[in-house]
Amino acid sequence: MRSDRGQCAPRGLKIAAACGLLFLHLPILLIFVYAFTTEEKSFVWPPPALTTQWFAVTWNRTDVWDALSLSVRVATISTAIALVLGTLCAAAVSQTRFFGRETISLLVILPIALPGIITGIALRSAFALADIPFSFWTIVLGHATFCVVVVYNNAVARFRRTSGSMIEASMDLGADGFQTFRHVVLPNIATALLAGGMLAFALSFDEVIVTTFTAGQQQTVPIWMLEELIRPRQRPVTNVVAMVVVLVTLLPILFAYYLTRDGDQIAGSGK
Amino acid sequence: MTSAVSFRQVSRHFGSVRAVDAVDLDIVPGEFFAMLGPSGSGKTTCLRLIAGFEQPTAGSISIFGERAEGVPPYRRNVNTVFQDYALFPHLNVLDNVAYGLMVKGVGKAERLKAADEALSLVRLPGYGARRPGQLSGGQRQRVALARALVNQPKVLLLDEPLGALDLKLRENMQEELKSLQKVLGITFVFVTHDQGEALSMADRVAVFNDGRIMQVGTPEDIYQRPRTRFVADFVGSSNVLPPDFVQRYSGQHRWGSLRPESIRVSNATSGDGVTARLVGTNYLGATTRLALDADGLRLHAMVPAGTALPAEGEAVTLTFNRESLHLMDEPA
Repeated sequence: MRSDRGQCAPRGLKIAAACGLLFLHLPILLIFVYAFTTEEKSFVWPPPALTTQWFAVTWNRTDVWDALSLSVRVATISTAIALVLGTLCAAAVSQTRFFGRETISLLVILPIALPGIITGIALRSAFALADIPFSFWTIVLGHATFCVVVVYNNAVARFRRTSGSMIEASMDLGADGFQTFRHVVLPNIATALLAGGMLAFALSFDEVIVTTFTAGQQQTVPIWMLEELIRPRQRPVTNVVAMVVVLVTLLPILFAYYLTRDGDQIAGSGK
Repeated sequence: MTSAVSFRQVSRHFGSVRAVDAVDLDIVPGEFFAMLGPSGSGKTTCLRLIAGFEQPTAGSISIFGERAEGVPPYRRNVNTVFQDYALFPHLNVLDNVAYGLMVKGVGKAERLKAADEALSLVRLPGYGARRPGQLSGGQRQRVALARALVNQPKVLLLDEPLGALDLKLRENMQEELKSLQKVLGITFVFVTHDQGEALSMADRVAVFNDGRIMQVGTPEDIYQRPRTRFVADFVGSSNVLPPDFVQRYSGQHRWGSLRPESIRVSNATSGDGVTARLVGTNYLGATTRLALDADGLRLHAMVPAGTALPAEGEAVTLTFNRESLHLMDEPA
């Protein structure tokens, strides 16, 4: 039964919903609060006093900047790789019929269903077998495996809603393959790619498990945080970084959601 | 004279399916040519072979004397009006129409002017700023037409362009397409499964079945003088008469066709003529269609509305002029 006719939900249900939402979001707010505490060795509630000094401390710590810059670079390059490969794969799967099409579709999606620890171990043993030393690029490769999926899923959904005869119409009107891609295909899938790319970026930015298996000595932001929690010194710095991470990942996801929200009309359908 | 489009023994096979099978075809420049057939008969594949979306498995195609095999769609001076119109949803109407000129590198002012003129030609002036999503089916159809015509193609291909329109709109568009074709003098190749549409619009009609052309001719030819049982039945549902029956009236042992409107039905059960039993009537407005059973042979007759009819199940006598009995080429 739908409750869109003005009648109110029972009070019990309202309270349950409020509790659920609080349970989900209160801990995140706590993290924000601890970023301002004066107690640096352990998290005590309530905070003895509030201060903004940790922002300055964080700003001056080079290890924070190193981790942040590594994470941004890894996320950017994995997303770029995912955009190219994911789009090509989606185009092939949705625009043509060939033997093994469904299998390829499944194999591309599999890494996101697979537990990260499996992907991580598999990649680590593969790198060891091929004698590839751990580096920036091994992290990128690890992240690209699941970033491709996100882009692929977004792109394939859009391709399915785009009328196939549009591409033929473009060719018919004198556009070669490149012009057709530039003037017809790209404008029609652009928002899907943007949304997929942002999700991929956010996923890569807070990825821990695959990174632990594919990184050498380098620390991405999440790995740095895990290390930091063990050290009983300047703890609120972790919270400051956590706030930044929440904002950096939340904003793109909100934006991506906003972009794909009104995607109900079918592009290019004539009737 | 060179043909606008010429097919020589053209085949297009998809695996074991012979979508088009050894077709010979010559389309005269400037004519309105219809390809008529049931779905799966190969008519749309033929259109796609002309457009360049398909390549022939065997045989040769030329467009105004130039060989077309291996030439991609974007290098052919041929444009298509698609069944679902395939307008670009991210462009407004004017940019849709100007698209072909844009990719050819025509300057902005010039191409928009040409697009404006094309929109006037299809009687949609001032619609340039709208999005395709804001137009009705009939208007989208006109935009698709303008988008193809603005490139001044030598051949315009139309793939069931009226299929999605309602009856009234369809009749208007039929007349308009016909007069547009006369004014522009461009060769139109039109695919349809509607025999009424093919007969009323085309200068010549090719009837397709199972990937082959059954008959090519003027609408009158096709309607009055079908060459095979399939054509007689598909184009206007003629009565197909078996050789034994035909022999009694014409002396020749061949398949015959008799148009439903050529049969006269009378109540009298005596005199010469075919004795039959009325098994059903179908009121069609201006005429009434009668289903008759003549000794196991199923016949249809068309009589003007208002004719006094016997009751269903009663015996009637059918008469017709010998001249209206057409003998077909198909071997008995």
